Amino acid sequence: MSSHGIRDRVAIVGMGCTTFGEQWDKGIDDLIVEAAQETFESAGLTKDKVDAYWFGTAQSGMSGITLARPLQLENKPVTRVENYCATGAEALRAAAYAVASGAYDVAMALGAEKVKDGGYQGLNSNNPPNDGTARTLTAAAMFSMVAPAYAAKYGIDEDQMTDVLATISSKNHFNGARNSRAQFRKEVSKETICASPRVAGGLGVFDCAGVADGAAAAIVVRAEDAHLYTDKPLYIKGLSFVAGNGSGLIDPDYDYTHFPECEAAAIDAYQQAGVTDPRRQLALAEVHDCFTPTELVLMEDLGFAARGNAWKEVLAGTFALNGELPVNPDGGLKSFGHPVGASGLRMFFECWLQLRGEAPPERQIHTDRTLALTHNLGGYPGEMVSFVSVVGTELG
Amino acid sequence: MRGILSAAGYVPYRRLDRAEINRFFGTGGGKGTRAVASHDEDTSTFGVEAARLALRARPDLEPGALWFATSTPAYLDKTNATVLHAALRLPSAVPAFDFGGALRSGAGALQAALTNAGTVLVVSADTRNGLATSGDESIGGDAGAAILVGDDGPGGDVIAEWLGSGSATDEFLDRWRLPGEQRSKLWEERFGETRYLALGREAWERALKNVGLTGDEVDQVIITGMHSRANKALVRHLGIREGALHDDLAGTVGQSGTAHPGLLLAGVLEEEAGNSNDVGTERVIALVHLADGADVFLFRTTDALRSFQPPRTVATQVGDGAPVSYGKFLSWRGMVDLEPPRRPEPQRVSSSAAWRSEAWKFGFVGSRDRTSGAVHLPPARVSMKGGATDDMEPMPMADAKGTVVTFTVDRMVYSPSPPVVFAVVDFDGGGRFPVELTDVDDGSLAIGDRVEMTFRRLFTADGIHDYFWKAKPIRTERKGGSTQ
Repeated sequence: MSSHGIRDRVAIVGMGCTTFGEQWDKGIDDLIVEAAQETFESAGLTKDKVDAYWFGTAQSGMSGITLARPLQLENKPVTRVENYCATGAEALRAAAYAVASGAYDVAMALGAEKVKDGGYQGLNSNNPPNDGTARTLTAAAMFSMVAPAYAAKYGIDEDQMTDVLATISSKNHFNGARNSRAQFRKEVSKETICASPRVAGGLGVFDCAGVADGAAAAIVVRAEDAHLYTDKPLYIKGLSFVAGNGSGLIDPDYDYTHFPECEAAAIDAYQQAGVTDPRRQLALAEVHDCFTPTELVLMEDLGFAARGNAWKEVLAGTFALNGELPVNPDGGLKSFGHPVGASGLRMFFECWLQLRGEAPPERQIHTDRTLALTHNLGGYPGEMVSFVSVVGTELG
Repeated sequence: MRGILSAAGYVPYRRLDRAEINRFFGTGGGKGTRAVASHDEDTSTFGVEAARLALRARPDLEPGALWFATSTPAYLDKTNATVLHAALRLPSAVPAFDFGGALRSGAGALQAALTNAGTVLVVSADTRNGLATSGDESIGGDAGAAILVGDDGPGGDVIAEWLGSGSATDEFLDRWRLPGEQRSKLWEERFGETRYLALGREAWERALKNVGLTGDEVDQVIITGMHSRANKALVRHLGIREGALHDDLAGTVGQSGTAHPGLLLAGVLEEEAGNSNDVGTERVIALVHLADGADVFLFRTTDALRSFQPPRTVATQVGDGAPVSYGKFLSWRGMVDLEPPRRPEPQRVSSSAAWRSEAWKFGFVGSRDRTSGAVHLPPARVSMKGGATDDMEPMPMADAKGTVVTFTVDRMVYSPSPPVVFAVVDFDGGGRFPVELTDVDDGSLAIGDRVEMTFRRLFTADGIHDYFWKAKPIRTERKGGSTQ
């Protein structure tokens, strides 16, 4: 992949994020308005000062009008984007590139999802009319095949593997308990996690992220304009996106122990950002922990641990809030909740808080590192889209 | 010489122990077991499986016509035989017709094929229903059969010569069922028995006279029909030799209606092929079917039977079953509605999309990149290895065997019978496909298990059946790795 990237050319100057969860009393319009207002205030702007909008939602509305109507935007370009569970990140990517191109001075990316009006648990999609031969498995089942494959490849026995996955879940619940915007704000013991009912394969309820209603947004401007809006901008160092070709599903060489789309996106993002040793350069990483084995494998795909070693690092606490590289300090999808269109932007929101020193004291990471990573994926092992970004507080 | 070129039966994997019925309701049931169609099977999928076996036994033979008989069709108005036609990947020039409704249509299709010209694949299948605790619930069975009828020729000679037939036809009411109803109704048993006894004897004598044989010259006699008492009573009046009567599988499979004559005939031919070194050929087989009259068919085995190698005999399938609980049996047949998973039900299949992917959906034909050899399931235009475009050859995979690479059990997804067992399968000779498993008990699958493909009905939405392929364990080839 050859991306030129837009390192240090665009900055995030304002962000907002609603509470995530079962918000029976709020519709998609409410979520949009609340995330937008907080973001406008954060950047000290009004809606008229934003030149263009990118709106990410997977299933909660069609077209830019879903955003333009509740915000009552007048004569603004609004683009609706969708890229599975990486929809929110994709909205920011588009807005950032629009500013970098010089087409606009100020752009907003807003991701929102209202999932709790569907009447069913979990995520449900409406597929185009088709021949009836496609898989209809849940995401939990597809990702559940990663754990036994990983364990077999690296000689981890079943009890150890269970402990590793429970450690990831427990860590994310620990972090989420320190996040007032999170869906699940309770610490959960490994014993409770291991005793939870099975959903698919070896995965229990506590191995799965919960879907939630929520919205998050960011305003981006040219880097040289950033200080007009804030003293502490976040500069975009790299943005990478890979849409897989689905070959992992039908290629006998694929072994379900890694996600090539994520690995490729990480390499590209690091190259754009000039990151050579992510584990030692990043202050934190927000990764797409839709299921516990996903986070485990991502630690290797993103270069935080050597192949076959992530499970040991998990057990050693490397990725805990007080560890060498905190992963998902806001609780991640697991605990913060997963409003599909918003999650990618929610990850930036945690970087925004942490790198600016504005996270609540009980989860503020104290470090002299100035870079953070977000990783957002959609789809399944063998057939996924993946997004990786690096942001930082310093130019250069 | 005209007769039978190949034959095969299909018996589904599940068995209901008839004693379960009595244990549950305190009445009904009986001794032995009956074969039970899985929730993803119907008469069309039975027909496909039986026909695949019959054609695999004689790979050099191609049917010139496909006839499908059932009293429990998956569709009305729409031809069901075309589903079989597509799954068997038969050429467009081969016509496919249904013989529908009556229990006699299976025997009728066989008779029509024997008196016709050319090679005709006669397929029959039934799923027999009855209200809970009824006699029909117990004595009925679910099965399919395929008989390839034709003449000696370059593709191979007949394994059993058709000597002749005899029929007796009468209009009387013994059992009946209105269109759309699951339950058959029955007249007082003795009346039907009396009629069938008379008609059976009449047809038997007519058939023997037509071919110039006597009853004691018949080596194997099959008597079948849904009237059990009549079947039993008739035996004593045919003048057949001691031991000539063949097991009618009533105690294991149950009476499979339209399919049963073909199923038993296939079983007898397989048995004769297996015993041909001991008992020789030139053996006379009589098939007697009682339904709204009587039809008697007489065959004589030929030397070609010695080389007949059925891929999976009826006897093997009868012995390979596994139990299904009475509760599951009732729910699979729509007699009891179970609480479904709280997930959206599947949307209906698009007719035009299904038609475009006929080779894939019905025939399980993928594609192989001529340059890299990479197998694509479903078929693709651009190769995943090397990117060659529109340079693929069709890759029929329905008969490929595979190995389970990894698997999972999905307890949340919608299914007519949860949970869904799902595996990533690597096929011998190349190709990988993630696919749902069937005829497998939760907890019994292991990485390394061997599987084969089977044609199934995934679900039905808006009255449209979604047919596609699943994988099922090949239990004889099991490697027995650790369970996941």
